[in-house]
Amino acid sequence: MSNAAIDLIIIGAGPAGMSAALEARTHGLSVVVLDEQASPGGQIYRQVLQADPRSRAVLGVDYVAGAKLAADFLQCGARYLPNAAIWQVTSQCEVHYLIEGRAEVLQGRHLLIATGAFERPMPIPGWTLPGVMTAGAGQILLKSAAMVPATPVVLAGCGPLLYLLAVQYLRAGIALEALVDTSHRSDLLRAWREIPGALRGWRDLLKGLGLLTELKRAGVQHFHGACNLRVEGSDRACALSFDSQGRSQRIRADLILLHQGVVPNTQVSWSLRLAHDWSEQQLCWVARRNQWGESSTPGIFIAGDSGAIGGARVAQLEGRLAALAIAGQQAKARPLQQALRRARAARPLLDALYRPLTPNRIPADDVTVCRCEEVSAGDIRSYVDLGCLGPNQTKAFGRCGMGPCQGRQCGLSVTEIIAERRRVSPAEVGYYRIRSPLKPITLAQLASERLSVEEPS
Amino acid sequence: MSADSLFRALPPGDHTVQIEFDGTPLTVPAEVSLAAALLGCGIRHTRESAINGRPGAPYCMMGVCFECLVEVDGQANAQACLVPVRAGMRVRRQRGVACLALCEEGGDE
Repeated sequence: MSNAAIDLIIIGAGPAGMSAALEARTHGLSVVVLDEQASPGGQIYRQVLQADPRSRAVLGVDYVAGAKLAADFLQCGARYLPNAAIWQVTSQCEVHYLIEGRAEVLQGRHLLIATGAFERPMPIPGWTLPGVMTAGAGQILLKSAAMVPATPVVLAGCGPLLYLLAVQYLRAGIALEALVDTSHRSDLLRAWREIPGALRGWRDLLKGLGLLTELKRAGVQHFHGACNLRVEGSDRACALSFDSQGRSQRIRADLILLHQGVVPNTQVSWSLRLAHDWSEQQLCWVARRNQWGESSTPGIFIAGDSGAIGGARVAQLEGRLAALAIAGQQAKARPLQQALRRARAARPLLDALYRPLTPNRIPADDVTVCRCEEVSAGDIRSYVDLGCLGPNQTKAFGRCGMGPCQGRQCGLSVTEIIAERRRVSPAEVGYYRIRSPLKPITLAQLASERLSVEEPS
Repeated sequence: MSADSLFRALPPGDHTVQIEFDGTPLTVPAEVSLAAALLGCGIRHTRESAINGRPGAPYCMMGVCFECLVEVDGQANAQACLVPVRAGMRVRRQRGVACLALCEEGGDE
């Protein structure tokens, strides 16, 4: 199999993966890019090549900017495999995936994990009710299906995506019942003063302020400093209740879109047993990487949000730097490294400004944490009281994290709940041991797995 | 779109396909995910959880949460947000733990 090995296999066709492919092709490497979606762009530029003028107007210039990258990527000579669900990756750079119902495997010499981010779970009372979705889900419906809410809608939580979606809905003619913001207006100035280097990120800040101005001008009901959020309803969501500036509020809505930032998608890096560290700044796990993005296993690199949250610009630069290192062209990296430092400048400020509230990460006893196996925060605390030390043991105590999502929705909450109860750091508590299959695969598919062969062109 | 829908298509789609959900025929936009199609038809819940039967519905729309698991043409555990709609697709709400095809009565589903 090693005879046919590809120089570089990239998992994910978002900004990091596409940029890495382009750079690697420039240096003559053979490249295969696998992606779960049907077209390139990742979540940020999802279906950007198919967007019609009306969608482009609603989604804005930052989204449209991805079209050139996606078009260049399709032309760069990398073999691109869309609709591929990766269910296993090995330390020897073997990538096993399902495509059109078939199981195939590819052998690489190097591997780049560019699986991006997903939204941080926001476990508040009632978050499992139908009618509650994430803001990211709302935006994906807008990008991929040109669909907008057909019913009263509330956006709740914090972070740039929440404001961006609010503005996109306004442009699409959708009236919001309310924007329920868990961050405080005063956070901005305080964070600005306290974070060294924040001024260098002024461009990103202005963009954020521009969105807020647009919302204010449109007269959107915007609550600040919201806490005690809970979704009401018995078999479906019907209202969001919360406290804001000393007053109790209740907003009727059938659709409640939650968001409190994004976190790295670490399923592949954890499954490879790569070294990870707990980031107190971003309140999540980040895989350990050197300046080129190489992980604790030589030959396996990570770029973009799947390494640490940095946004699309950082992802593109990290993707190119990893490709340069893999191609042995480190001497050409200096301008990219300078650009990367600039692109990262605003991040500490954004992290401080939109730090998710503790009760929305470490909820009260009655709140469901593991959605798949219906395990509550109180259940997890009771396991700790019985001697459970970390997330892996919660599986034995009560199947927490053993459902189909494999801990993607509960993992961070479980780590933090246990850490708080044990009065130790999340780093000491650790994370789930992630195992393949990372995606559902049938025995028949597994039994018929074959080596991927490039179709003659 | 039904009156009960949480979402609607911005420009009403002219290109549609027919699918079936729990035996009911539905006309849905072509070229969208199955989860998007069901949301646009007013299907408020697409599964009942394996533990206590809690109604579940598409949540993240990007293949992460597995809340949108449905049965497609007899195959359980399909992520509706990652499956594109296809004319003639027969979809069923996934109720509780998915049963292996072998143990289902008739064995042809």
